[in-house]
Amino acid sequence: MRKGSSLRSQIFRHTVLFCAATVMLVPLLWLVMSTFKPDNLIMSEPLRLPDELDFSAYVKGWTALRVSFTTFYLNSFLIAGLAVVGNLAACSLTAYAFARLQFWGRRYWFALMLATLMLPYQVTLVPQYILFLKLGWVNTFLPLIVPKFLAVDAFFIFLMVQFFRGVPREIDEAAIMDGCGPWRIYWKIMLPLSTPVLATAAIFSFIWTYDDFLGPLIYLNDMRTYTVPLALRSFVDSSGGESLYGPLFAMSALSLVPVFVVFLAFQRLIIRGVALGALKR
Amino acid sequence: MAVEANTTGGWSLPSSRESWIVRAFRRNVTGYMFLSLWLIGFFGLTLGPALASLYLSFTDYDLLTPPQWSGLKNYEYALFHDQRLWHSLSVTFNYVLWGVPLRLAVALGLAIILDRSVRGVAFYRAAFYLPSLLGASVAIAVMWRQLFGADGLINSLLFVVTGIQGPSWVSNPNYALWTLVALTIWQFGSPMIIFLAGLRQIPQDLYEAASMDGASGWRQFRKITLPLLAPVIFFNLVLQTIEAFKAFTQAYIVSGGLGGPVNSTLFYTLNLYLEAFANFRMGYASTLAWILLVIIGIFTTLAFWTSKYWVYYEDESR
Repeated sequence: MRKGSSLRSQIFRHTVLFCAATVMLVPLLWLVMSTFKPDNLIMSEPLRLPDELDFSAYVKGWTALRVSFTTFYLNSFLIAGLAVVGNLAACSLTAYAFARLQFWGRRYWFALMLATLMLPYQVTLVPQYILFLKLGWVNTFLPLIVPKFLAVDAFFIFLMVQFFRGVPREIDEAAIMDGCGPWRIYWKIMLPLSTPVLATAAIFSFIWTYDDFLGPLIYLNDMRTYTVPLALRSFVDSSGGESLYGPLFAMSALSLVPVFVVFLAFQRLIIRGVALGALKR
Repeated sequence: MAVEANTTGGWSLPSSRESWIVRAFRRNVTGYMFLSLWLIGFFGLTLGPALASLYLSFTDYDLLTPPQWSGLKNYEYALFHDQRLWHSLSVTFNYVLWGVPLRLAVALGLAIILDRSVRGVAFYRAAFYLPSLLGASVAIAVMWRQLFGADGLINSLLFVVTGIQGPSWVSNPNYALWTLVALTIWQFGSPMIIFLAGLRQIPQDLYEAASMDGASGWRQFRKITLPLLAPVIFFNLVLQTIEAFKAFTQAYIVSGGLGGPVNSTLFYTLNLYLEAFANFRMGYASTLAWILLVIIGIFTTLAFWTSKYWVYYEDESR
């Protein structure tokens, strides 16, 4: 019944897979295809292939808002880049403490950390906003970056604890014999041996921060501080008339490119990360 | 720490005992130094705000004047008078109760087919997963909005195939929510990968033995795949349900930020966002957040409670 079964069931399987893949990919291909068509054809003839590779929608879209997309991309990459650094540093320090160090109350803190995984963000949303408002951080990137440096994304801590626990203890013990303290073990042994999990955490931090919408929506009001998703939202609001569909599509498609590139480059790590995050619980 | 010193330190001499205490102290200092960033975050950005939000949920607060204690008034209003809230609840329940099971069913079905295929697995897995990875973005929501628009791709295909001129799905209150359900089903990739990993752990010889005994494919699915995969199904169900309750971005973009048309896509989270950041009713928004927490808590508890009857973990069943 399993692998290498009858020809008929093989054909059936491949048909299903092919149809499903078509349904999955056609919307994306349609989006990309539309960006190369003149505005009037996008909605009047949605199925028609573009006659030529016309990049004018991209050129027009890039500067269609008051501020150009150069700024939005710089903002997005700055925030996402710092979020990656923050998450890696803070979560790995925390995870090392939970996985390897002995201290009073460790199990309670660990349980509390797991509990925060279940807490919906809405519960802390309003007071966090008030806090950052009182600190004068609204309209800056700080509310989007500082929490990452305080290891608020417990999912990554959890992922790293799982990995660190799998690193053989003999290595630490040998290092302790040689007179290494916990800081050196963390820095010289644990981190270098944990590149797969660090890479996974970096990839997901990047994608999630880059895609984040609610955070920037609440904290960033000045268009010069907008991230790419926020800029797209303004674009939707301003493109009531059909004339801007082409540029809107072009900028939407373009905004998917960074995530798509990361996916192509790190497919294995991403897929393993998704499977691992689950099954080890 | 004092307790530990008594139990382990025993009757040793004062000098060595002191060194033991010093060592324990130093160990704790090191541990807490590693933990310090998380501790600041936990108290300052999670526990503190959670308690503050619990307090605010019993107040009226508009950001300008200090919070006014109002007792249970917010909860009373939410549960008995707020039509909008109840409407948003029914929208969200529809979304969760249709979206999550369908998403998981598609994920499981395709995972089983993929698990049994030999060629092209890597390509199909990537093609199925890509929409999940991109799906959280505003760009995909923008695309979806146009896809189901009056002159979008869906209607063009519909016209070519059946000759029917479809409505504008996103601006029709009868259909708008279902375009969002379709969007969540389209993003079945990550539960599929988790299912696939679970399927890979089912021993192959169980199926061989069953085939030998003449069990049909369906029977094998019912008697082998489902029971052995139950923990993974359970995990996905809980996780996906919680995620679905929290869905925000897609509804915001597809509905134009207000939950329209005629509030048909007014998700619970969207209503909460509007109460807080459009109406500046911070107290009431906190009430809504705590009600959401209770609802998610009830769903999770229910799932865990029923799991006794359908989820068996390997170590207990043998």
